Amino acid sequence: MAQHTRTVPAGTPTNVTQKHNRGGIGESTLRPDGILKVTGEFAYSSDMWHEDMLWGQTLRSTVAHAEIASIDISEALAMPGVYSVLTYDDLPAEMKNYGLEIRDTPVLANGRVRHHGEPVALVAADHPETARRAAAKIRIDYRELPVVTDEASALAEGAPLIHEGRDDHHAGHVPHPNIVHRQPIVRGNVEEARTRADVIVEGEYTFGMQDQAFLGPESGLAVPAEDGGVDLYVATQWLHSDLRQIAPVLGLPEEKVRMTLSGVGGAFGGREDISMQIHACLLALATNKPVKIVYNRFESFFGHVHRHPAKLHYEHGATKDGKLTHMKCRIVLDGGAYASASPAVVGNASSLSVGPYVLDDVDIEAIALYTNNPPCGAMRGFGAVQACFAYEAQMDKLAAKLGMDPVEFRRLNAMEMGTIMPTGQVVDSPAPVAELLRRVKARPLPPERQWETAGEGADVRALPGGLSNTTHGEGVVRGVGYAVGIKNVGFSEGFDDYSTARVRLEVINGEPVAMVHTAMAEVGQGGVTVHAQIARTELGVTQVTIHPADTRVGSAGSTSASRQTYMTGGAVKNTCEAVREAVLEIGRRKNGSYHPAWATAALLLEGGKVVTDGGEVLADIAEVLEGEDAIDLELEFRHRPTVPFDLKTGQGNGHVQYSFAAHRAVVEVDTELGLVKVVELATAQDVGKALNMLSVVGQIQGGTIQGLGVAIMEEIIVDPKTAKVRNPSFTDYLIPTILDTPTIPVDVLELADPNAPYGLRGMGEAPTLSSTPAVLAAIRQATGLELNKTPIRPEALTGTL
Amino acid sequence: MRVNFTVNGRQQEADDVWEGESLLYVLRERLGLPGSKNACEQGECGSCTVRLDGVPVCSCLVAAGQVEGRDVVTVEGLAEFAKQREQHGHGGACGTGGACGGKGGVTLDEARQWSAKGADSRTGEGVELSAIQQAFIDAGAVQCGFCTPGLLVQADALLEANASPSDEDIREALSGNLCRCTGYEKILDAVRLAAARQGEAV
Repeated sequence: MAQHTRTVPAGTPTNVTQKHNRGGIGESTLRPDGILKVTGEFAYSSDMWHEDMLWGQTLRSTVAHAEIASIDISEALAMPGVYSVLTYDDLPAEMKNYGLEIRDTPVLANGRVRHHGEPVALVAADHPETARRAAAKIRIDYRELPVVTDEASALAEGAPLIHEGRDDHHAGHVPHPNIVHRQPIVRGNVEEARTRADVIVEGEYTFGMQDQAFLGPESGLAVPAEDGGVDLYVATQWLHSDLRQIAPVLGLPEEKVRMTLSGVGGAFGGREDISMQIHACLLALATNKPVKIVYNRFESFFGHVHRHPAKLHYEHGATKDGKLTHMKCRIVLDGGAYASASPAVVGNASSLSVGPYVLDDVDIEAIALYTNNPPCGAMRGFGAVQACFAYEAQMDKLAAKLGMDPVEFRRLNAMEMGTIMPTGQVVDSPAPVAELLRRVKARPLPPERQWETAGEGADVRALPGGLSNTTHGEGVVRGVGYAVGIKNVGFSEGFDDYSTARVRLEVINGEPVAMVHTAMAEVGQGGVTVHAQIARTELGVTQVTIHPADTRVGSAGSTSASRQTYMTGGAVKNTCEAVREAVLEIGRRKNGSYHPAWATAALLLEGGKVVTDGGEVLADIAEVLEGEDAIDLELEFRHRPTVPFDLKTGQGNGHVQYSFAAHRAVVEVDTELGLVKVVELATAQDVGKALNMLSVVGQIQGGTIQGLGVAIMEEIIVDPKTAKVRNPSFTDYLIPTILDTPTIPVDVLELADPNAPYGLRGMGEAPTLSSTPAVLAAIRQATGLELNKTPIRPEALTGTL
Repeated sequence: MRVNFTVNGRQQEADDVWEGESLLYVLRERLGLPGSKNACEQGECGSCTVRLDGVPVCSCLVAAGQVEGRDVVTVEGLAEFAKQREQHGHGGACGTGGACGGKGGVTLDEARQWSAKGADSRTGEGVELSAIQQAFIDAGAVQCGFCTPGLLVQADALLEANASPSDEDIREALSGNLCRCTGYEKILDAVRLAAARQGEAV
């Protein structure tokens, strides 16, 4: 039996220790896990292995909306090598649903499927191919139902209700049960302001469904434990949120579900929801064997939520001297079959719909629909991305109508510190919107006709179409476009958003060593690097050990919403300060009588010593701690409280902090074939304080290219007749390659936010907002086309649509 | 079936291999070498790139049975592979018997003595890295790291063939390797850095 052969799984994450003399905050310290990652030794969730382990496979619905008349598992169960087949009837607890905010998602379908790819049954077998073949032998009799795919079909009279009998906390205020959440924001008087407008522009914009396309597929290993619980090794963005959803459906108390973070191959929002976690645990508990589940890329497209596609209708007015008068907008987000993060996406889309501009008279409405399309939720810049694409197109239209330069028009209306948001919230820290625009515009333009070589003909690699050798410069025109955006940082609208950090300080071999233990999901962003830097700065040590992230320490919140350096970084700083105070307390007790400075001076820990703020050395930390127990503290850290937006007026101090970035895109378009090459995508961003500039620039460039992807190639295509996904593969869903990617010059401002740790500003998402509209603006300038939909495909440029 | 082949200079024998298994699966699940990554398993992303008789291939698209008697280098053996190449002044497919019988080449017996030195899994310290591995760390080209093994194998092969590639050469050579985190700028930096350092060393 499994319990007699149980060992620690191969690939279990271990401590990473890094010794660094100059590795405090502000240094471009290298990743502590870098060597493991370049040698292939870093243990990702799909690398987990256990003696005796089985492979789990999910059977997913082949139709988008149906009743399940019957499920026959007998043939699958009879296959040699198959250990278990589970369906809804096998779920062990009263609770059979999970969900981030609304528990509307069935662990396994209960007589009805609501979207293509919904999990219906599970198989555990001794080989992944056996499990796949067994799953294919499960016979399901679907009785198909009409599909709800857009606002019209969701709200039509007699429309099928995606969720009947809703009792969630949004159910009472939405105008229709197929609307997850609705947030209006009304401020000033739009009708009166409208009369002051010399020009009015309207636009209808469509944003396609984007996939996070992280490279490491959903995967993990569940190992049954002797106490009836389970040890789970997974890649996720938030261990404790998973735990809160997993334990009830397993019928276990949370302390019997012990989670450890495995290596995470990217996330971008796509791991905020549960994927294979519960399924692996169910199979492990049913078979009493370790069970590994690894999605392939096809399944991954069904295994996580996507970015909400949106339809956005905007009206803006301006006076002839270029001042915005008013804005009206209506944003319809498609949340798909389950709620996921839809309410938060609605909150962001509505509250940030105005963009980084001064606008006192607004009338805003954002809704998210329940449909039979794939569920949508968190992705980098959630809600703010869709709005930015639309309002920036509007800014260009207004500037064109007024005959003004698009950058000058934006700068004339740019918000700044002290501006009042449509929610009534005052922006109370730097908001250098005009300066960011000035910087990207002031940068020299890249040289024209870079494809021309000295006498050897065109280098097609520098042309639209690239190695396809489609043009040597004929029909190629250049365009330049600008955009700027605003994103909120941290969890908003009254959410109790906190992070926990445990810090241990002890003397090992005569040297003080810090250990940082948090549940923060390192998904590639470099949080572990920053935690070690903070510990060095606050505790004056060189050697820091990063403990594996697990649920034995308190929650670190989600690695999303640009929040982790602010929040868990803040928690590490906060706990380090308490540890430092404990060191000084011991020092005062032991040495206070020898030197008055122990009592009177401000004391720091630097270079392994206790020093006064005047630089006088009082003692070695190792001496102070000699004969003492290790100092080991675990504390929570919170950002300033926020409040929910009023459900009728949208008023309220709902956000913690705002983050800004601007882009200038330079594109070259082959107008005959409709092919686009982005030549340069320059950006400027205020990050408050760069704790690690190398990581900051990496985030900005990576976020920028995800925005480029959605501008010209990325879209999950859902058949409007069947609600089935048509391109779930990297063959058919394209993400930018290194050949599609331009140079990305980055200009970083550091204007401190006095409310935030070290003055930093959450910065991971802002670059994903403005890069998309900047690329679109550049293509519009090159072609003269209106282009109101992402992504821009060749047929939209050649008129062959 | 049983498959015999050389991995990172060491003779390996994989038993009970089902005919449909890929080289990637055998490396990861049967030989305990999970460094080659399973990001798409359809030859689109390059995360599983290994050298097969010196040629970079997507190991997810190679049936395990096809590697019988052949020579594979994975990211786990890349540092040693690069070191041997440097010491023997030998570019190209350096791991196979027969393929490098020329002057300065490596004999099969020599090749079999190679083995990737295990990293200290706690710290990674004391590990010898190839130029491209070190450059990826130093340039900030590693974020989540899932694309990194395939990119390293591919970039190392590029630098073997072209010691001073232009930016367009780098982009062309790495265009089969997807990365979702970095926007590729720091990957370009890393390859430029490795090329520059190798240039200085010569």
